[in-house]
Amino acid sequence: MKGPSLARTVRLGVSSLLLHKLRSLLTTLGVLFGTSSVIAMLAIGEGASEEAQEQIRQLGSRNIILRSVKPREDFATGQQTVRVVSYGLTEDDLARVRDTFPGVSRVVPVREIFEEVRKGDRAMNPRVLATLPVYREITGRVVAEGRFLADADLDVTANVCVLSDEVASYLFPFESPLGQTVKVGADYYTVVGTLLARVRPQSDAAPAGKSTAEVFIPLETGQKWYGSIQVKLRAGSREMEEVELHEVVVEADSPENVPLVAAACREMLTRNHPQGDYEVVVPLELLLRAEATKRIFNIVLGSIASISLLVGGIGIMNVMLATVTERTREIGIRRALGAKRRHIVMQFLVETVVLSVGGGLLGVALGLVIPAIVEATADMRTIVTPTAPLLAFVISAGVGVVFGLYPAARAARMDPVEALRHE
Amino acid sequence: MTDGPAPVAELEQVTRTYRMGANEVRALDELSFAFGRGEYWAVMGSSGSGKSTLLNVLGCLDRPSSGSYRIDGVDVSTLDDDRLSEIRSTKLGFVFQSYNLIPQLNVLENILVPLFYQDEPPADGLARATRLAERVGLGNRLEHRPLELSGGQQQRVAIARALVNHPTLILADEATGNLDSQTAQEILALLDELHAEGRTILIVTHEPDVGERAQHVLRLKDGRIESVVRDQNPAPMAVAAR
Repeated sequence: MKGPSLARTVRLGVSSLLLHKLRSLLTTLGVLFGTSSVIAMLAIGEGASEEAQEQIRQLGSRNIILRSVKPREDFATGQQTVRVVSYGLTEDDLARVRDTFPGVSRVVPVREIFEEVRKGDRAMNPRVLATLPVYREITGRVVAEGRFLADADLDVTANVCVLSDEVASYLFPFESPLGQTVKVGADYYTVVGTLLARVRPQSDAAPAGKSTAEVFIPLETGQKWYGSIQVKLRAGSREMEEVELHEVVVEADSPENVPLVAAACREMLTRNHPQGDYEVVVPLELLLRAEATKRIFNIVLGSIASISLLVGGIGIMNVMLATVTERTREIGIRRALGAKRRHIVMQFLVETVVLSVGGGLLGVALGLVIPAIVEATADMRTIVTPTAPLLAFVISAGVGVVFGLYPAARAARMDPVEALRHE
Repeated sequence: MTDGPAPVAELEQVTRTYRMGANEVRALDELSFAFGRGEYWAVMGSSGSGKSTLLNVLGCLDRPSSGSYRIDGVDVSTLDDDRLSEIRSTKLGFVFQSYNLIPQLNVLENILVPLFYQDEPPADGLARATRLAERVGLGNRLEHRPLELSGGQQQRVAIARALVNHPTLILADEATGNLDSQTAQEILALLDELHAEGRTILIVTHEPDVGERAQHVLRLKDGRIESVVRDQNPAPMAVAAR
């Protein structure tokens, strides 16, 4: 470009802005908060979606989880007087899925035993799950010490158990639990292994309201000692439940077959369980829903951020209009000394862009700090992608150009003679 | 123009009208005149005589409503805004009554402003500006801002600024109007010096003693020429030559 170089125009703009430091700073606040909220919101949104995806990955993206759900009272098959409530998935359901459904690779039954777990005078109520050795593989749990359940345990209905990290560290705070004995209900079990904690315990697959602490025992052992009718002690009442299987984890042979298998399971369960005593959880469907949620989240956050940028931009435009009026004389002088209209446009446009980009840079700095604070205080994961600060920066520069054009054009349109006469 | 030097600025039948409500005011009324190279003119007249309008037209800040105006042989009455700006930055130097320095720039930067807007700024601009600042006696105040200077000093900066682009015509608008008489004399002495160097100067004034210092006087009334007095003083150059 002919005439003054951009660098000199920028230097001129900066020196003009520094003439009114406080005013310039206050003017940038709108854009500052706009850009920082863009970055912070993107980081929080990204973190939340990442967390959801990880949670689903832990459930297993090829898995379909069938759970027994206690039906409403009027659907219960047991008589009110007897107080034995019978519901849930059965061995038949399991066999149907395992033996006849196409696209199914593995199926694992889970029985839950409602008993207290003790070691000496320490007691807790983890989920006691009786299951098969493949459970670990299908649900992606990792052994920390010792081993998981083995096929040999099933053959001899061994009284062995595997503790989750939470249980192990509570019952055995100072020693290794391997080879030690814990009491489940009235029976004694030898600890053969412990599992690593999940990356984030609260994202575990446990149904709402249940502890994430888990103790695994062999399926056969659970069947043998606890039967299928269990007594649940509630505050002020006893309740007996008959449930064959509490959970069945179905693994499809490929992610593409997940919807097919899920549909088959739902159809089968609808026919055989008219009382609706089950639920079907498909992590892959959750994944899709999470993606949709993320999209909506981004739209909402994006519009909030754009509104604050809009307001910030209007604030800048307002101040620049006042500046132009205030500096009418200067404009007149510059025009008289040879400045063309485009020089004046450039001067004020550059000044506006310097303002908004300055606000944008401060906003980027603040926007990088906010996610760190959120992460430290609110225990939420945040992820700042490199594009977010870049995007925020580009947007702030764009705001400067858009909202600087009108004041700059107004400055350039002034008649030099009148501008010089201006007091 | 019979025996005068070649004209720098030539007005031909220049009329400038303004609309004031329903009336049309003729600030300049078919004015024809030529200012020769190296001449030092005072333009005088009461307020409303059209001298400010004449200055604006000569300074390419305003365009005549009709007639033509040539500066350095170039007809500028039909040029667009950009070309007029170019003429201002390359051929003209302005000195205003209220100095009109830019407050946020220091002395040196203020002197450099006209070069700032030239399409091809001279390479020696900074040296030129420094030399001019020294010449007007402000060589030790290059970093000062206008508000830190006295009125006389500010007007010296303005004169240095008017010289930095080697203008063919220097226009001064009541250049001493805001100054006390002693400082005014200093500024006028500076203008005399510039004239002695052969520069073309035109000063608009209503102060008789300022008018008397100039080489020639042009008096306006109602947008027309009232009188022209040539060589009211022996030209300093001529004195030196004699």
